[in-house]
Amino acid sequence: MTDAPIAVPRARPRMPSLTAELLPALIFIAFALVPVLAATGAETYLLSLFTRVMIFAIAAMSLDVLVGYGALISFGHAAFVGLGAYAVGILSSHGINEALIALPVALAAAALFAWLTGAICLRTSGVYFIMITLAFGQMAFFTASSLAPYGGDDGLTIHVRNAVAGFAVFASNRAFYYVVLACLLGCYLVCRALVVSRFGRVLRGARENPIRLAAIGFDVYRFRLVAYAISGALGGLAGFLLANATEFVSPAYMSWPRSGELIIMILLGGIGRLHGAIIGAAAFILLEEWLSGVTEHWKMIFGPFLVAVVLFARGGLIGVWNEIAARLKA
Amino acid sequence: MSAPVLRVENLHKRFGALTVTDDVTLDVAGGELHALIGPNGAGKTTLINQISGLLAPDAGRILFDGQDVAALPVHARAALGLARSFQITSILPDFSALENVALAVQARTGSSFRFFGRADAEAGLNARAAAALAEVGLTARAGVPAGHLSHGEKRALELAIALAMEPKLLLLDEPMAGAGREETERLVALLARLKGRFPMVLVEHDMTAVFALADRISVLIYGRILASGTPDAVRSDPAVVAAYLGDEME
Repeated sequence: MTDAPIAVPRARPRMPSLTAELLPALIFIAFALVPVLAATGAETYLLSLFTRVMIFAIAAMSLDVLVGYGALISFGHAAFVGLGAYAVGILSSHGINEALIALPVALAAAALFAWLTGAICLRTSGVYFIMITLAFGQMAFFTASSLAPYGGDDGLTIHVRNAVAGFAVFASNRAFYYVVLACLLGCYLVCRALVVSRFGRVLRGARENPIRLAAIGFDVYRFRLVAYAISGALGGLAGFLLANATEFVSPAYMSWPRSGELIIMILLGGIGRLHGAIIGAAAFILLEEWLSGVTEHWKMIFGPFLVAVVLFARGGLIGVWNEIAARLKA
Repeated sequence: MSAPVLRVENLHKRFGALTVTDDVTLDVAGGELHALIGPNGAGKTTLINQISGLLAPDAGRILFDGQDVAALPVHARAALGLARSFQITSILPDFSALENVALAVQARTGSSFRFFGRADAEAGLNARAAAALAEVGLTARAGVPAGHLSHGEKRALELAIALAMEPKLLLLDEPMAGAGREETERLVALLARLKGRFPMVLVEHDMTAVFALADRISVLIYGRILASGTPDAVRSDPAVVAAYLGDEME
């Protein structure tokens, strides 16, 4: 049966169409141009704002791998970001400011925490999974709050950004911006490869029907655990960058509203799209920034806006974009 | 007959006060098609679920290919070559028919902890998946999302997934359930072709199909094996006729 020379009908993978590639390409070009435009105006402000956008885009994208491709709604993702940030902060307080040390430590700490907690969380599903990931997230938050030697509730100031192999690359806001952009691009390319790989296909299959996956011989739990650890490590990358960007770490980085915001970002942009996470993070942070400048009651506008997007724009802002593109073609 | 591929010994299962599997012993020889019949609620699917690992038996042994698998999880039994179809169609609706099958091939071919390289571009997986689809007559529908297939096509797809696993035993839980008459005929013809190549346990309500296909039939009533033997022996067993076949046959 297996060696029969049978023509493979329509087996060629669907190559991504030009329009599908257009949007991610535009996003990255836009980010690359921000420093050029910023040079004409409030450079420091704009660079730090868009650096923050990109860092949260990395965090949201790492969460999208779980939520969008594995149907694993983790409500404790901020813990991984916080762990990555604390790795930088704690090392720095001991005089270690080398990125080549801090980055691996940040990634490893987040991945290890993800592995250990995931080993427990992934034995549950549905609402229980949401609640237990939330519980572990809060556990990390309260642990950080009680770390008296490292600032406790008040957080920890980082006096100097990490150096790379001894060179103060991050010291320039503009250079740091491009480092973050490179990380975002790298994260995007890694995640994109991941979700269409053999591993990603098992993860996506288990999203649709875990019982069927087990019945053809996949230990779904192991695949989900590895995905959880990878996602946690990428969250740790976001934390590493965040600590360097703000030169400060705080338990608030790990609090559950932060985890909620990350979920809102991927909902806002479009779940299970990867670049949707970037759009969602940008929309969330820029809107928050703009509205909070307009009125101090900005949450009264922001809240209903989010509800409206979730209710009326299925597929998030990318869904809206696709709809408009389809109408224009028709 | 050759050594049994599957041997179930003194299997017991209770749900609360209800005994659903009551001291069941049966075996399946190499190449044999062993049909399991009985009225609704007799415990046929429960038995299949225990053999495939979805349910743990309270007592008894399940020997597959000479190994006691009663404590192994579903995926480990599948990896040993135990393939099953479900009474209620269980496929990946958003995956194309081809990808549904290719994923089953992937499970049997090399590690799936590979993080780079497009899985859907692997010619080896796709060719074997296409061969399994051809076997069940779904070649023309390979690119269609499985959720958009007709009911009968979905039933055929389940079989293709099972075949792609190169199983040592096929557990088929009502493979024709809900299919129209023409589709049923096609599926019966397919099972007749597969017969002999794979040992099978077939749960089915369509008595015409069962008596045409089976080498041996076991009749399950209230979780107990009432009778077991060749189709002719079962057909003429007065206890079976009284308890079950009487109203099924005419």
